Amino acid sequence: MTIAARSHAGRTSEIWDRLRHVTDPELDESVTELGFVTTVEVDAMDHIHIQFRLPTYWCAANFAFMMADDMRAAASAVPWVRGVSVVLGEHMYADKINHGISRGLSFQEAFGSEATGDLSEVRRTFLLKAFQRRQEALLNHLMSQGYTPEQLVTMILAELRALSVGKQGQDLVGRYLERREIVGPCSPDALAFLSAEGRHLQAEGLEVYVKGLRRVGVNAEFNGALCRGLLSVRFDMTTPLPERPKMNPP
Amino acid sequence: MFKTKDGEEIFVIDGHTHFWDGSPQNQKNVHGKQFIDCFYAYHSNLSPKEWLWPKEKFEKYDAQTMHDDLFVHGYDDMAILQSTYLSDFYKKGFNNIERNYTMKKAYPDRFIINGAFDPRDGERGLDQLRADAEKYKLKGVKLYTAEWKGDSKGYKLTDPASYRFLEEAEKLGIKNIHVHKGPTILPLNRDAFDVADVDDVATSFQNLNFIIEHCGLPRLDDFCWIATQETNVYGGLAVALPFIHTRPGYFAHVISELLFWLGEDKLLYGSDYGIWTPKWLIEKFMAFELPDDVAKETGVSLSPTAKKKILGLNAARLYDVDIASQKQKLTTPLAVAS
Repeated sequence: MTIAARSHAGRTSEIWDRLRHVTDPELDESVTELGFVTTVEVDAMDHIHIQFRLPTYWCAANFAFMMADDMRAAASAVPWVRGVSVVLGEHMYADKINHGISRGLSFQEAFGSEATGDLSEVRRTFLLKAFQRRQEALLNHLMSQGYTPEQLVTMILAELRALSVGKQGQDLVGRYLERREIVGPCSPDALAFLSAEGRHLQAEGLEVYVKGLRRVGVNAEFNGALCRGLLSVRFDMTTPLPERPKMNPP
Repeated sequence: MFKTKDGEEIFVIDGHTHFWDGSPQNQKNVHGKQFIDCFYAYHSNLSPKEWLWPKEKFEKYDAQTMHDDLFVHGYDDMAILQSTYLSDFYKKGFNNIERNYTMKKAYPDRFIINGAFDPRDGERGLDQLRADAEKYKLKGVKLYTAEWKGDSKGYKLTDPASYRFLEEAEKLGIKNIHVHKGPTILPLNRDAFDVADVDDVATSFQNLNFIIEHCGLPRLDDFCWIATQETNVYGGLAVALPFIHTRPGYFAHVISELLFWLGEDKLLYGSDYGIWTPKWLIEKFMAFELPDDVAKETGVSLSPTAKKKILGLNAARLYDVDIASQKQKLTTPLAVAS
């Protein structure tokens, strides 16, 4: 392999790695791990060409646009990249989405009278659900490790970051912290655990609170399984379906 | 009729079936093709291998095939036929009420037919609803809120026009409103699957029952929260139930959440025929037991009584079916036939 070829492969894998951090907002899972991204090409001009597909022709336009826009932003953030195209295939709104993304339009601009604003509200709604799901997984894990409700509701972020909780616990802490800022400021002395509304949690009733969050995760996991299955059937994928994502400790 | 090992007979009312025509001859455009293709993907993804149909059968099946799949090979005793128009996608509509009525006429004791309305049809739609209610003695309607109509990509139950139609439905004695959420609705920047409008109308129309198909999926979480606060909101199990075969762990979690938030009196079995068939769905459902860890986590049980309610008793209550007399009607001609 020549040096040029190797660096080309390296650049392609660098883009794949960036895309791995883009999530389907509804499922809170990576668009690459879901199998949505089919092609990443780096051409001689350092322009990136990304193609992706979705489980059905009818997948909601707003989420499709968000994923395309997030992928464009993720690839554009790489310093050597000189241009990015993202193309969605076989979708009811493929033309509008592809046109909008190629011109750098906002959702409102791309959809005109069919939209009444940007995607910030729906994005926030689903970030909150992701937050709740990640919080439930972490709280369950910590309680199973013997942390008491009193300890958890008074724990500050600096303490959460410093916990010695093993590899699995660390992953859960990391995933939780990625979404924690959505519900309130993240200074080291801020409480680690707040409700989706930004309220303090009470030790009494914490378990009931966590059980109430369970349905958010059940819903997302069900949808994730459905989407993977539909994608696999739609594109006749012969590779076995990935295992269920392990949000919750076994 | 499903018979348990102990010989107990369980009366089955299938809450969600279709007699559609999704064939290429009836498709108006690419959307019509993509719509039935999407249904076929659901079928292919979640059916056991031995129950997979060829595409042609799936696109359009005849009355005899449907009857036999539901009542001869399957365990359904009665089935509710839903009407869905999708007139922007299909020349004669997807499964219109006239087509459903041919089925009802052929097997009058087997089927309950539901109508449909679209609040965007205005006065003409109200007149049609009145006519349909009288002609077909409607007790229920199915609403598909994401139906495309010209420039419109859907509607909400809270639209003023929806209120007018729901008021009219109540006057006409149509008390069961089946709601199917779909992927489009304007404005597109909002969540198309949002079920908050169900909450609003369920509060406003206390005499109507709202049966949310697919138990609110893909918004099961929000649906559970709403349904627990409203006495007249029900969940239809189509789409969730077939997970019982390929992904029983997911089904266990979903059904236990539904039992926890809604309870066993508020859930209705539905095969979503022809996407899935009653035979394997009901065999697997009757054999299914919640794993201990799930039952312990949620504190619910899927008891034989709960299964009986879900499979038939709840729908019988909503549709005023007297099971004892219905059983008699159904067994007499069958005995003659055999």
